[in-house]
Amino acid sequence: MEIGLTHYLTLAAILFTIGIAGIILNHKNIIVILMSVELILLAVNINFVAFSTQAGDLTGQVFALFILTVAAAEAAIGLAILVAYYRNRGSIAVEDIDALKG
Amino acid sequence: MQADAIFFWAFSTVLIASALAVILARNPVHSVLFLILAFVCAAGLFLLMGAEFLGMILIVVYVGAVAVLFLFVVMLLDVDFAELKQGFVQYLPIGGLIAICVAAELGYAAINWTRSPTASVPAAPSGMVSNTAALGQVLYTHYFYFFQAAGLILLTAMVGAIVLTLRHKEGVKRQSISDQVARTPATAVELRKVPSRAGI
Amino acid sequence: MVYELIVFLPLLGFMIAGLFGRQIGARNSEWVTTALLGVCALLSWIVFFSVALGGQQDAYVVPIANWFTSGKLAVAWSLRIDTLTAVMLVVVTTVSFLVHLYSWGYMHEDPCRPRFFAYLSLFTFAMLMLVTADNLVQMFFGWEGVGLASYLLIGFWYEKPSANAAAMKAFIVNRVGDFGFALGIFLVFRLTGSVSFEPIFAAAPGLAGKSIHLFGLNADALTFVCLLLFMGAMGKSAQFLLHTWLPDAMEGPTPVSALIHAATMVTAGVFMVARLSPLFSYAPTALSVVTIVGATTAIFAATVGLVQNDIKRVIAYSTCSQLGYMFVALGVGGYGIGIFHLFTHAFFKALLFLGAGSVIHAMHHEQDMRAMGGLKDDIPFTFWMMLIGTLALTGVGIPFTSLGFAGYVSKDAIIEASYASHTYGATYAFLCVVAAAALTSFYSWRLIFMTFFGHRGDWAASLPTAARGHGDHAHGEHDYAAHESPTVMLVPLAALALGAALAGVAFRHWFIGGGSEGFWKGSLFIGPDNKILEEMESVPWLVSLLPTLMMLGGLVVAYYMYVVDKKAPARLAKRNPLLYRFLLNKWYFDELYDFLFVRPTFWLGRLFWKGGDGLVIDGLGPDGLSARVLDVTRNVVRLQTGYIYHYAFAMLIGVAAFATWYLFAGIH
Repeated sequence: MEIGLTHYLTLAAILFTIGIAGIILNHKNIIVILMSVELILLAVNINFVAFSTQAGDLTGQVFALFILTVAAAEAAIGLAILVAYYRNRGSIAVEDIDALKG
Repeated sequence: MQADAIFFWAFSTVLIASALAVILARNPVHSVLFLILAFVCAAGLFLLMGAEFLGMILIVVYVGAVAVLFLFVVMLLDVDFAELKQGFVQYLPIGGLIAICVAAELGYAAINWTRSPTASVPAAPSGMVSNTAALGQVLYTHYFYFFQAAGLILLTAMVGAIVLTLRHKEGVKRQSISDQVARTPATAVELRKVPSRAGI
Repeated sequence: MVYELIVFLPLLGFMIAGLFGRQIGARNSEWVTTALLGVCALLSWIVFFSVALGGQQDAYVVPIANWFTSGKLAVAWSLRIDTLTAVMLVVVTTVSFLVHLYSWGYMHEDPCRPRFFAYLSLFTFAMLMLVTADNLVQMFFGWEGVGLASYLLIGFWYEKPSANAAAMKAFIVNRVGDFGFALGIFLVFRLTGSVSFEPIFAAAPGLAGKSIHLFGLNADALTFVCLLLFMGAMGKSAQFLLHTWLPDAMEGPTPVSALIHAATMVTAGVFMVARLSPLFSYAPTALSVVTIVGATTAIFAATVGLVQNDIKRVIAYSTCSQLGYMFVALGVGGYGIGIFHLFTHAFFKALLFLGAGSVIHAMHHEQDMRAMGGLKDDIPFTFWMMLIGTLALTGVGIPFTSLGFAGYVSKDAIIEASYASHTYGATYAFLCVVAAAALTSFYSWRLIFMTFFGHRGDWAASLPTAARGHGDHAHGEHDYAAHESPTVMLVPLAALALGAALAGVAFRHWFIGGGSEGFWKGSLFIGPDNKILEEMESVPWLVSLLPTLMMLGGLVVAYYMYVVDKKAPARLAKRNPLLYRFLLNKWYFDELYDFLFVRPTFWLGRLFWKGGDGLVIDGLGPDGLSARVLDVTRNVVRLQTGYIYHYAFAMLIGVAAFATWYLFAGIH
């Protein structure tokens, strides 16, 4: 069967949904949340590249490249924060992190 | 079936399965490993679509750097993951609802989208070049500023990560180059008259 | 020039003593104000002789300045000089001067003398503005001015809370009357297009019988106007229903009571009705109301005065009663008779008040008659002066002649006039004034007998315990030392006694006798049907004898109860406790008004304050807003748990909602 744009879009949608579900369901586990965010970004990347291929326009891929860059930076920083926090508190149990309570 | 379709279905199935495994796995190390698998499958899909540069970059950056970083941190932090799995069921209904909503909307958009009449028609690439070369032709000319901005972002991230996690250990001897260079003979050398056969 | 001097010299005295009293000292303040008033009194008598008894025919107007002009309403400051004015000038300035002189002695120990004399002069100025007014607005200015001065003087000893309360009561009750007065002025302007007297009097005959449409009823215009104006007179002259302030006004110093609440301010109502006689003569219903109200006041006040124990209150109720007499005279058409009684009453009532002040001064500011007794040997001069005053008040004279003390001449005339009149209500008035004459005699002689006859301590048994103790100790050393007042207080008494004795005989001919036409010269409007002065000459001989009989009856009963059988009053009171208490508590009018007006007003005020201002305005405004803000923030704060996953969750929900909305908004 002909694999068209719609297939890729649907795939990306499912991946996106899985990522969101991952955030909601694993709310106590920061690392898994970060990994779910990576999944979401991956879904978006697939979307961009699919459109870029279909339209013959390289802009989509360029943007996917930048998304990659930003995702890497964000993962690095996020993990660095987590490490620093762990060093200060000794745990990453989420219910203890409520210093922002209003 | 065509080869395209076979590879597409294979890669997609594994991708979705490993994504599910990422969020549902009990052991975080398993989650990371499944994330790596998901990235690899995605890279395959990119190759299928003809974006080989992006696919390779996905492997190099995501798998090689980001996933490894995840693995490092998971190993580094001593966490009790058992209790972190609690609260799973509490948010299931509302979480499931949100996810289904989003999925439905995405599906709807995916099926019913049309090309905007005002979108510009891109220029055909000059000659028969590879994906990488074509990207290069566009990246360093039209999108130069974005490219530089991306570089800046990476610089910031690097500096930020170092600043966040660097700590000076007590009792570690370190060199202070400026001190070393600023020594004068007056402080460094002391001339003592030593009688022969006496020693200091 | 003379007229401006008479009116404005007291104002000058007020400003000097009021503004510079502390700098120039108390003695100089006394001198300045009294001297200026002496000049005024002298000039007033000169004016009286030249205007009233002289050859002047019509009233003439002395313009002073323009006050304001607004559309059709033009009000100016101007003085109207005619016989009525001249009579009032004499009364006001003479009594005021004598009271100023008397106060040198009475207020001798008071530290705030400059303020007192300043207020006395201010009052005199306001009263003079009132009587010389040529238009209703200027009269209203004087009206309010005397009200203000009365408030200031009643509450002169402002550290006493009872004095403050009495001053407020006087002002507020007066205000109720003033409300009617103001409405009357508005209505007069509406009907005649002017507030000056000349145009109003000229328009009055044309308005007779005309009716105005008010609240769906057709009322006779002039009657309605006169009733409204009379409401002002009721307040100012302490007539029945608006009388409650007069007894309480005795909280002020005695010279104030003599000046304001005997001779001048309370007579402003009488003066006003007489001045507006052209209007009233065409409103017979209003005149009947005046008569009935006056008669009711006369008898009511006399009954209350029977049992009062404070010497000043007895005289205050006597004033109230006599004012009722004056209104009866005005009501039956005898305007001259009413003013005549005003004239004589000023003398003998001021004499009685100042004499009572002398007694109080001798008893070191003890005012309860039950602590007195046997004073005629201690303070003989005062005794003789008060005796003359009482003879004048009760109306002692030779029947069937016009010879007698001042009160005899004028009161007699009122009784005869009320008998002879055919006004509706005149018969009721006749019965009331005759009964009141007997009661007047009784309580006046009761006062004399209790205060001057017998021995000190005769009545002390019925004193309230605290006062008795006070009486025993504080007056122990004064039992033998109730001393006569200084000369500066006795001279005014003598002057007033002269007037009380001779004024009736001397002036009868001019005021109400044969020479009255030539005397009044149109300043009092005698309508073509008003023949009361002739009719009253031809009443049956019993009616002429009746006042003397009443006076003798009261004297005999008082003599029996307070000299011969001193236990009789207590016995009578014990056998009729309800009646005694009813009279002692002034027919419970204060309690009634408190229940009807004061409490509901406070309730209403509290409702508007707590409910309206507090709940509604504050509740919808600042307080409510701040409370709602607090409520909202308290609920919003619950969103900030501090847990990152809650925030992330919120973001997700937001994204989902946004996407949904965008999708569906795109459809529409």
